[in-house]
Amino acid sequence: MAGQVQALRRRIRTVKSTKKIAKAQELVATSRIAKAQERVNASKPYAEAITQVLTALASNASIDNPLLVPRERVRRAGVLLITSDRGLAGAYNANAIRTAEQLISRLKADGKETVLYVVGRKGVGYYRFRNRPIEASWTGFSERPSFTDAKAIGDALLEAFVAGADDTESTYGPDGIQGVDELHIVSTQFKSLMTQSAEAHFLAPMQVEEREVEPGLRPAYEFEPDADELLDALLPKYLNTRIYAALLSSAASESASRRRAMKSASDNADDLLKRYTREMNSARQAAITQEISEIVGGVEALSSAGSDM
Amino acid sequence: MANQLPVKVVAVEERVWSGEAEMLVARTTEGEIGVLPGHSPLLGLLKEPSQVRVKLAGGEQLTYDVTGGFLSIDADGVTVLAESATPATPESR
Repeated sequence: MAGQVQALRRRIRTVKSTKKIAKAQELVATSRIAKAQERVNASKPYAEAITQVLTALASNASIDNPLLVPRERVRRAGVLLITSDRGLAGAYNANAIRTAEQLISRLKADGKETVLYVVGRKGVGYYRFRNRPIEASWTGFSERPSFTDAKAIGDALLEAFVAGADDTESTYGPDGIQGVDELHIVSTQFKSLMTQSAEAHFLAPMQVEEREVEPGLRPAYEFEPDADELLDALLPKYLNTRIYAALLSSAASESASRRRAMKSASDNADDLLKRYTREMNSARQAAITQEISEIVGGVEALSSAGSDM
Repeated sequence: MANQLPVKVVAVEERVWSGEAEMLVARTTEGEIGVLPGHSPLLGLLKEPSQVRVKLAGGEQLTYDVTGGFLSIDADGVTVLAESATPATPESR
């Protein structure tokens, strides 16, 4: 009996310390969401301005930039997957990886080879464990991505993409580098505190949307240097901005997802604590009752033995 | 001042500065350009690295070290977009 009380007491201690960890993680995640959202908002003016500028440019420049023209034959497709560095974030990583896997099998069904680029230790771990090749990976910044991180990723992807332009059926082209002909990105969109969804998007080649603009609304720009050169310089920047936005949104989603997971973990811990405490109390009460009845029984046995004398 | 030039200096990670100015001076790959209110629309790639000077009413001047930047002028004013824009140190000014 006393043993059972001991065991329950130990269990309560364990649950209590788990709860403390979960609670702390929840609080940290909560403050991180706010910061991440701030960063998302801070990056918006630039993203909006560059989009506006590119729209103006695209209608003035010839669209033969390699980043804009879909390749005739797509042999290899690059997939950039954004995951987190740490776990304890509910289904965040599982969802991102599943979306990436769906995309990969779809690309494979189309007869395309896939090349993986992974951000975040969790994604890297997943593919390492399954012995699947990763072309390149970046880790250590999933919760606080900076533009420098996005730029490093963008530069690597761009290099592979440009190198893929001259690949032929059997050789890797004059540059001897096996590049990619398409780029996809899988990231988690932060929709609200309660909803985040993993989504796959096209990164390159970019699609130019022709939009009708009322004449007179679009200013007639001068270009310095000329429009084509400008476009060549701006498109890689735009690509980096897209990656940066995806990193930021994923970071916010990671925190939101972690907060939710940790909240339900600490709520669960509360329930468990309540149950174990009740069980422990009734076990202790049972032990006491038994002891009393043993004593009473003993006294009665003694007194009845005494009256016989 | 009747004629003021709305200026925005925007880096990727944040909006660095915005406000009204007398004139903005920047260096594109083609050469130095001074922008006054009412400038015709223009898109320009900034020289790498370069400085952008914003001249405020009253003679004050803000200088930014800019990398990976470009410049867009339209009817709403000037926008300087940069991968990073930091206030210039007095030595490099």
